[in-house]
Amino acid sequence: MMMSTQAPPADALEESAERAFRIRWPAVVGAVTLVVLVVLLSVMQGAGGLPLSGVARSLAGALPGVDVAQTLTPQQQGVLWQIRLPRTALAALVGASLAMAGAGYQGVFRNPLADPYLLGVSAGAGLGAVLALGFGLDLAWGPVGALPAAAFIGALVAVTGSVLVARGSFRDPATLLLAGVAMAALFAALQTFALQQLDQSRTREVLSWLFGRLATQGWQPVSLLLPYAVLAGAVLLVHARHLDVLRLGDDEARALGLRPARSRLVVVAAATLITAAAVSVSGLIGFVGLVTPHVVRLLVGHSYRLLIPLSALVGGAFLALADVGARTLVAPAELPVGVITALVGAPFFCFVLWHGRRDR
Amino acid sequence: MTPPRPTFRIVTALAAAVLLASCGADEAPVDETPEQAAPDAATTPPADESSASADAQPALDAFPVTIDTPTGEVVIEERPERIISLSPSATEILFAIGAGDQVIAADEFSNYPPNAPTTELSGYEPNVEAIVGYEPDLVVLANDINEIEASLTALDIPVIINTAPLDVDSGYDGMAALGLATGHADEAAAAVSGMRAAMEDALSAAPQDAQIRVYHELDETFFSASSHSYIGSVYAAMGVVNIADEADTDQTGYPQLTEEAIVTADPQLILIQSQAAYTAEDVAARPGWSQVSAVKNGNIIVVDSDISSRWGPRLPQLVDLVVGALSDIAVPAGR
Repeated sequence: MMMSTQAPPADALEESAERAFRIRWPAVVGAVTLVVLVVLLSVMQGAGGLPLSGVARSLAGALPGVDVAQTLTPQQQGVLWQIRLPRTALAALVGASLAMAGAGYQGVFRNPLADPYLLGVSAGAGLGAVLALGFGLDLAWGPVGALPAAAFIGALVAVTGSVLVARGSFRDPATLLLAGVAMAALFAALQTFALQQLDQSRTREVLSWLFGRLATQGWQPVSLLLPYAVLAGAVLLVHARHLDVLRLGDDEARALGLRPARSRLVVVAAATLITAAAVSVSGLIGFVGLVTPHVVRLLVGHSYRLLIPLSALVGGAFLALADVGARTLVAPAELPVGVITALVGAPFFCFVLWHGRRDR
Repeated sequence: MTPPRPTFRIVTALAAAVLLASCGADEAPVDETPEQAAPDAATTPPADESSASADAQPALDAFPVTIDTPTGEVVIEERPERIISLSPSATEILFAIGAGDQVIAADEFSNYPPNAPTTELSGYEPNVEAIVGYEPDLVVLANDINEIEASLTALDIPVIINTAPLDVDSGYDGMAALGLATGHADEAAAAVSGMRAAMEDALSAAPQDAQIRVYHELDETFFSASSHSYIGSVYAAMGVVNIADEADTDQTGYPQLTEEAIVTADPQLILIQSQAAYTAEDVAARPGWSQVSAVKNGNIIVVDSDISSRWGPRLPQLVDLVVGALSDIAVPAGR
């Protein structure tokens, strides 16, 4: 029997990889069902207090070829179609984006603590937002407001800075991670300094954005985020196998014909882009990107081919559900959605961790 | 109650041709126009004119005086000549009661009156060294931040904390206290009675029974002012229904509303801030808002952010503006 230097380990690897990558259909079906249920709940529940039958008629009436008598007042129609539905869609989309990006970062850094804000996205976006809101810095072009544009650019600048400090090397994730920490600290300091210079009336608006809020300008933020989410999501999905192989170690990955540094670069770029886009329309919503991948992992194991799409579904459902809480718990007042994600998410995550560790 | 002084002086201020009649009388000024910057009772000498030092001091202005402040009693030994005001509200009051020429420095946001000595000093992050550098003999603050009061008192600089009042009436006491502290007790008393009269005059025109639904928007994140806030108490005096009240269960005064709740509450009058980066047109164009009464009937008005957020002598102007808008809504017998 011929012994090549590569084939047996490769075979063994592929085999063990395949074993780990069985699609768990129940989990997939469950996640999709969860999203559908949460979206329905979100449409039904809100501060506006719309009659359910009216909502059902209005939704059914929107389907092609269906003709039912509408019972909602024009005002209620406006609330449903221009405020509640777009906000539900935005919450699901932002949650999906952050969770996917979080999974991507965790794969690249092989670090369970990695989250989408690791490389300074949050601090960079925050600085951009403070500058745009507070100093009328106008980066607006076309339909995009100054705030999302500035936050988006700030986020990309901060991450690019981190990558440059790490000399563009994706060979050693630890260096990049440290560069990210330093860059985040720098931008956070600049952001604090800028906040200090602000007029008081503007400060509240900035803080509100920093706490994370789902922008409500009809469908516009949704259409802003959707292309990024689809594009970057596709890139992440295509590279999920790379992340799976990277888990085995760089040498093994090279043995399988992968270029680890390049894979990391692509994943970090996609995850950063999607995070920056999400942050630009919703501010800094914590916890979703960090925790969702772990919850999904405990449910379906470690394969990124399953982890990324399921994280998107579960993250979307999680944030949409948190937003239902933000809109209804103290209605007609509003809670910052970031508060809910942590308040509800942290205990739930603790339970999942405790439960998950039991059978390991 | 001071005797009328029938002297009229016209002061031309910087941009707006501001008419300031100093009459010190109790009678209600008539025909307050929105351009008028201060109640008629107030005297605002121009910055280059020092009149106060030449005046004979009435008995009320005898020093030392003891001032009751929220943080305790403050003794001021002699008439302060180098006042620092780190509160935009206090700056307006000081100028309105004739103490303007004793103010040597005001904080960065003291933008009114136009001749106020605005500096880089901050009222939010007060810097003791920067303040002491001006060698003040009285410092007026809105809040005691970072133990600033103790620091200054340790240096024998008297400090008056002029907290933001929660309603219009409690603001008059602060005005009187500043009058006593600066040696302008009689002018402060006149300013108070003049402003009271102006407020009564403005409020008398309010359509008290119309129950008009009002939404005062602070920013694009739908923070609002309920009746528990200072400006909200002013609206409450006009007999409106404030749509933010329902959301303000813990009575903070400034709840954040959900957009759905605002649209469903269907406000008939929407008030937005002059400092906001958006306009009434932007509000009208918000998705889902087209069926709101205030939007349909074009009743979105801009209120001066400074006047609506600080207690001060210009308040009657804002009341006039809002009462005017309310009257326009109430007159067409719709509801």
